Amino acid sequence: MTTSNDTQHRQDPVAGRRKASPARAREGDGRAGTRDAGRKPTTTILVTAILAVVAIYFLVPVYWVVINATKSTEDLFGTSGFWFGESFQLWENIKAVLSANGGIFPRWAVNSVLYAGVGSVLATYFAVAAGYALAKYRFPGRRFVYVLVLGGVLVPGTAVALPLFFLFSSIGITNTYWSVLIPSLVSPFGLFLASIYASAAVPDELLEAGRIDGVGELGLFHRLALPQLTPAIVTIVLFQFVAIWNNYMLPLVMLADEKLYPITLGLDNWRAQTDRLPEFYQLTTGGALLSVIPLAILILVLQRFWRGGLTEGSIKG
Amino acid sequence: MRSRSAPWVLLAPFLVVFIGTMIVPIVMAIGYSFSSVERSGLLGEGGLTNSFAGFENYVKALSNANFVESIGRMVLFGIVQVTVMIVAATVLALLLETANAKWPGFFRATYFLPYGIPGVIATILWSFLYIPGLSPIVDVLGWVGLEIDFLGPNMVLWSIANIVTWTYTGYNMLIIIAQLKAIPGELYEAAKIDGASGFKVAMAIQLPLIRPALMLTIIFSIIGTLQLFAEPRLMQTMSAGITSEYTPNMSAYAFAFQYNDVGMAAAQAVIIAVSAFLLSAVALGISSWTEKRR
Repeated sequence: MTTSNDTQHRQDPVAGRRKASPARAREGDGRAGTRDAGRKPTTTILVTAILAVVAIYFLVPVYWVVINATKSTEDLFGTSGFWFGESFQLWENIKAVLSANGGIFPRWAVNSVLYAGVGSVLATYFAVAAGYALAKYRFPGRRFVYVLVLGGVLVPGTAVALPLFFLFSSIGITNTYWSVLIPSLVSPFGLFLASIYASAAVPDELLEAGRIDGVGELGLFHRLALPQLTPAIVTIVLFQFVAIWNNYMLPLVMLADEKLYPITLGLDNWRAQTDRLPEFYQLTTGGALLSVIPLAILILVLQRFWRGGLTEGSIKG
Repeated sequence: MRSRSAPWVLLAPFLVVFIGTMIVPIVMAIGYSFSSVERSGLLGEGGLTNSFAGFENYVKALSNANFVESIGRMVLFGIVQVTVMIVAATVLALLLETANAKWPGFFRATYFLPYGIPGVIATILWSFLYIPGLSPIVDVLGWVGLEIDFLGPNMVLWSIANIVTWTYTGYNMLIIIAQLKAIPGELYEAAKIDGASGFKVAMAIQLPLIRPALMLTIIFSIIGTLQLFAEPRLMQTMSAGITSEYTPNMSAYAFAFQYNDVGMAAAQAVIIAVSAFLLSAVALGISSWTEKRR
């Protein structure tokens, strides 16, 4: 960006969006090319060495779980945690994870995908529709809705989990899929992202032209606005997906039946049994490996999109 | 459809879920926090009656030594952990954004990776790395002659801080990098003409200009500290140092489900929510005040 200083930048969502778009992120690593001139080999070695040491810290637990998922329970305690054991039984361990308790692990995985998949898609649709409405219409009550939702962003989710349990138990839907799914359908943060993005990316002229052509108001949103909002939509889906996938307190409070557990709660259940039954160490380690791999791949593949979304967030600050 | 009702049709699904799962529970929590449940009869056989208790639950919560202690523990945790994490995230972002860093894309992805690992899984993995006999880290420290009991009563708070730092440093780093990228190139060129060193550029140009991102990460981190629940709860079975009222959230959970004192649990939840709200409001206020003064 050549024209804006920092202050202008924050007041100008269009500039923020341009910066955040995945297209821009794809141009190399995007660092200021003007700074290449001062490169000194000793500094490069020093900086890279520091970065590498820090990288080891972030990789240790992941490395540990990959190595130790290949071991037998005896080797787990008998051999060094940093290297393979006497026997290599990764496949046996994975088979044990998948078949334990009558195949409960695959069921937990399906539950997690269901909660996070359905929850994130619907939450995004609701948040984008509402954000677009707040950005593109002037109507009485608009400011009130804005302030109400802002309040919702600032109240911690865990403080709502307990009262939500009392509410749900009074209408009798605790310990059902609904009790975890319904609260996952709301994303106040997504609404803000969508409204910032919509006010910049959906021109009023486009909507007016659509109205003249006789497109209804809902048609304007679905056919004209939604395609313009794709980058924001991708970001909100990803944030919501990870937020639901990682949630622990809500399912813990709501669910009693093991069959309804998401993967996180299920693995915690297995780990809690390691005290009495050491073979659960192996199940927990194998299960952790199986649940880390898909998300790790997702993060690595999608981090360019994430960066875009994170930039949107920084505009608010 | 007339355009007057259109915005409300678009808002309706969001508002219905938002009101149902956030506003109503918050109102209910406030209601519960002002009521007390009386059991009539010696063993409660006369049934339960709800009565208005005024601020009784709040007085009880704030004079409960364990709850006050858990708040103090979180304040200490927040001051140390948030500081360490934000400083680390800022330094890593600045290093990755210098021309001197090799393979910045690889390192960025590596640091961000833990954010995708659920807190429960991260805690399980780290807790295995804390258990003597299972952990190679304890072994290595033992060879050097360091005997550290990661799960000991004094150490376990910092073992939890390590898990939280591990999970969120890369996430905060990416927010800061995003803002660093928005700094216009001319500023760097001007600094180069003036002969400024990399360190000088960081202190005089980059740090002042990424203040909004720093503010945002600090606010999110403080709210995160207040909410701390999964990590300490999971490690409770492994460490004698963690009681069931170790953090404010664990305390509210214990009062709701273990002690069946809903009024007290609700009062504690309201105190947590109001504190988070006030802290963010104050932080936002300071942030906009310093921006105006510039």
